[in-house]
Amino acid sequence: MSHEGGMNLTLKVWKQKNSKTEGHLETYPVSDISPDMSFLEMFDVLNEKLISTGKEPIAFDHDCREGICGMCSMHINGRPHGPKGGITTCQLHMRSFKDGDTIVVEPWRAAAFPVVKDLVVDRSSFDRIIAAGGYVSVNTGNAKDANNILIPKTDADDAFNAAACIGCGACVAACKNASAMLFVSAKISQLSLLPQGQIERTSRAENMIAVMDEEGFGNCTNTGACEAECPKEISLENIARMNREFFSAKVLANKK
Amino acid sequence: MSKETFLTSTLGRKLLMGLTGLFLIGFLVVHVSLNSLIFLNDHGATFNKGAHFMSHNIVIRIMEVGLFAGLIAHMVLALQLTLKNNKARPVKYAMTNGNANSSWYSRSMGILGSLLLMFLVVHLANFWIPTKIAVFNETEHNTFEDMKVVFSKWYFVSVYMVGVIALSYHLLHGFQSAFQSLGMNHRKYSPLVRKVGILFAIGVPVIFAAMPLVIAFGLIK
Repeated sequence: MSHEGGMNLTLKVWKQKNSKTEGHLETYPVSDISPDMSFLEMFDVLNEKLISTGKEPIAFDHDCREGICGMCSMHINGRPHGPKGGITTCQLHMRSFKDGDTIVVEPWRAAAFPVVKDLVVDRSSFDRIIAAGGYVSVNTGNAKDANNILIPKTDADDAFNAAACIGCGACVAACKNASAMLFVSAKISQLSLLPQGQIERTSRAENMIAVMDEEGFGNCTNTGACEAECPKEISLENIARMNREFFSAKVLANKK
Repeated sequence: MSKETFLTSTLGRKLLMGLTGLFLIGFLVVHVSLNSLIFLNDHGATFNKGAHFMSHNIVIRIMEVGLFAGLIAHMVLALQLTLKNNKARPVKYAMTNGNANSSWYSRSMGILGSLLLMFLVVHLANFWIPTKIAVFNETEHNTFEDMKVVFSKWYFVSVYMVGVIALSYHLLHGFQSAFQSLGMNHRKYSPLVRKVGILFAIGVPVIFAAMPLVIAFGLIK
């Protein structure tokens, strides 16, 4: 089986039975890995080997494997989604590592993201934040002409850039405070920038931020780690916009 | 939902953190300006006049209470925010590579702030307390003489050097960070804010650092 260019690596992977038990790092040697494999394909090879030798495979999240679903939550060598910027784990290739490397793989670590098993974390706290206000009310009926509502190009661009967020949680994983503010600010921004998002604008900011705080995420200390690690390169400008949305909601909502 | 009040929410506390930070930055401007009078090299005559004004003027003395309130608020908020942040990640990473995505000083504001607090205790004991005692006893006080006595000792000069270095890094992150927390992020003006922040974070500590040094080396008498 061995072919030229095959890499031999040592993996140290977090093994944890469930959210109730404590986990530990377990060492797995992997051999004959193609540099052209994605990081997840390397895990597939390892898991196949574990299964064939009667051992338990490593549980990890994955779905689309093309960088848009946000499932592949792996903290690789101290960084979310590994050493490259602007990509998810499935877009990371083994050529980013050297033959003989030791690679440490851990799950996202946050109180609001409990470990389900091994590298799989429960990110439903993000869903509850969205449910609190990440939507717009629309009238039912025929589809309106797309040009009925005029939107400035700059607003459309900013909203689109914020909407690129795939909710992967790398911002929380990267932040030293496990803060979810880049995620929440992107979700608030994509709607508050557009005319359709104006109706729930104040309640959205208040409710989503209230749930964010309840879920136990940390505070933003503006280190910029989230922006640097975000696979969709969501800007810190969104966090400042969220702050403005929240302050004006609290002051302008005119309620007790 | 929405049970949080404005100022107890995470964002509200961050707002207060930024506002008190900017307030303390404002104090630094006054402090560094007044102390720069020693560079006139007139045996501290002008500086002492300024110091006398600051310790006796009623408006300044009321503002001094506000300054301590702002400082205490800044510290209490930092403590509250840090405690919540620590709870947000109960299990730490076995391996982190923070330098890949952020600066060490932006992640060390608590340590830098604690260093500043320790420095402040020494600093207040050196100058503020003797001045307060003199004001209380209604005796004349020569703050410039105090400076000469304190800065003739190498260990005090070292403490002040550590203090200004901690101040510099604290400001390097804190200055622009305060604007971000206030929601002020602007494509045209934020680059300017960051540049002014860097100039301030280097310039003010350098001027402060020069004071013990020029006295210790006898350049200002």
